[in-house]
Amino acid sequence: MTGVLVDTTVNGDAVQFACPTDETLLDSLRDRVGLTGVKEGCGTGDCGACSITLDGQLVCSCLVLGVEANGSEIGTVEGLADSESLHPLQEQFINHAALQCGICTPGFLVAAKALLDKNKDPSEEQIRYALAGNLCRCTGYDKIVRAVQAAAKDLRKKKK
Amino acid sequence: MRYEAPTTTKEAATLLAKENGEACVLAGGTDLLVRMKMGLSEPDLIVDIKHIPAMQEIKISASGTKIGAAVSGTRLGDNKALKKAWPGVVEATNLIGSDQVQGRCTMVGNLCNASPAADSVPAMIAAGAKAVVVGPKKRRTVTVENIVTGPGQTSLEKGEVIESITLPKRSGKSGDAYLRFIPRTEMDIAVVSAGVNLTLEKGVVKTARVCLGAVAPTAVLVPDAAKAIIGTKLDKAALESLAAACSAACNPIDDKRGTVEYRTKVAGVLGRRAAEIAFKRAGGSK
Repeated sequence: MTGVLVDTTVNGDAVQFACPTDETLLDSLRDRVGLTGVKEGCGTGDCGACSITLDGQLVCSCLVLGVEANGSEIGTVEGLADSESLHPLQEQFINHAALQCGICTPGFLVAAKALLDKNKDPSEEQIRYALAGNLCRCTGYDKIVRAVQAAAKDLRKKKK
Repeated sequence: MRYEAPTTTKEAATLLAKENGEACVLAGGTDLLVRMKMGLSEPDLIVDIKHIPAMQEIKISASGTKIGAAVSGTRLGDNKALKKAWPGVVEATNLIGSDQVQGRCTMVGNLCNASPAADSVPAMIAAGAKAVVVGPKKRRTVTVENIVTGPGQTSLEKGEVIESITLPKRSGKSGDAYLRFIPRTEMDIAVVSAGVNLTLEKGVVKTARVCLGAVAPTAVLVPDAAKAIIGTKLDKAALESLAAACSAACNPIDDKRGTVEYRTKVAGVLGRRAAEIAFKRAGGSK
């Protein structure tokens, strides 16, 4: 395969891939690394379905070039659950039926985790602002907000 | 497409200058990658400036503040000292896009994208910000209001790249603020915006700069609006005359976001409200 060799860490594992210079990290992750939890919604940074963390920072992977990820740590939805159990956010998205078609869900989970990593007890308003970069056309958002609140509570309990 | 990630600004400028095809600077990529996706830009060379240490710095010193061209909105917002010194500039930059976009977008990218509605630009101009421009052979310092020449157009020459933005030193009794009007609460493009920066002396406005966004092909510095409040304690008459000066400086378009009449009126309202916030932040009281 032609392209530039990119060395990364994805969800804690060393991953190497080669990609053309004009390929987005979204396409590299889906087509070369095989992580299809990262979804393409708009491709222009408006919908958040392709949300990942890049060196701990929440970003849209459609607005990052694959080659830019060289030397970076990437986190995707596939890294949320451990081998035994789902992440509290995933559990609560199920409990609250915070999804319908599911396309936006990985992005919401990654963005919500980024929020809860920084803020253990966000207000409803803070949750809504933090998730403003993620669009959902099924749920009307309310169930998502409730699920995030419940997961935040679970995580706070776990810490005690 | 060639991708280069130089580690010095001079190297970046040389790469940009030598490219015969389309050469683009990549900072956060939140505008560039969208343009590429839409087919509006097909670069032959991309120069990623994020590996240049001078572009990643935030330096606050006695002589002023320096913000590197690759510093993201999130990093600006996380910097408490900067937020305290220049709250208007930081809040303006933090209005750009979502948290995802904030993680990547930069003030200088916002400036060089040259949208008339760019949020950080009126705040920077009100702050008296200057851009440090580096070319393959020389460096120059340009006031921010002289960078954008029209929608999508800048005064930068081939091979030139902005390395950093500098904000002047100012007295403790200073404040700045930025407000924009959008029809929703988040994730939208300014219909009208206003940045105000002022300094007080004995409770009276001593210096001021007022700048409007989205009401003309470029952000507009409004000296008459500043004059209207200098020498006052921001009384009702001063604020009314500031609002009138703001409205008079508007040369907007009619579009789906707002009409000429609406933008002209709201420019005055936002100018007035931003001045009141800046005044309060400077420690002023009426």
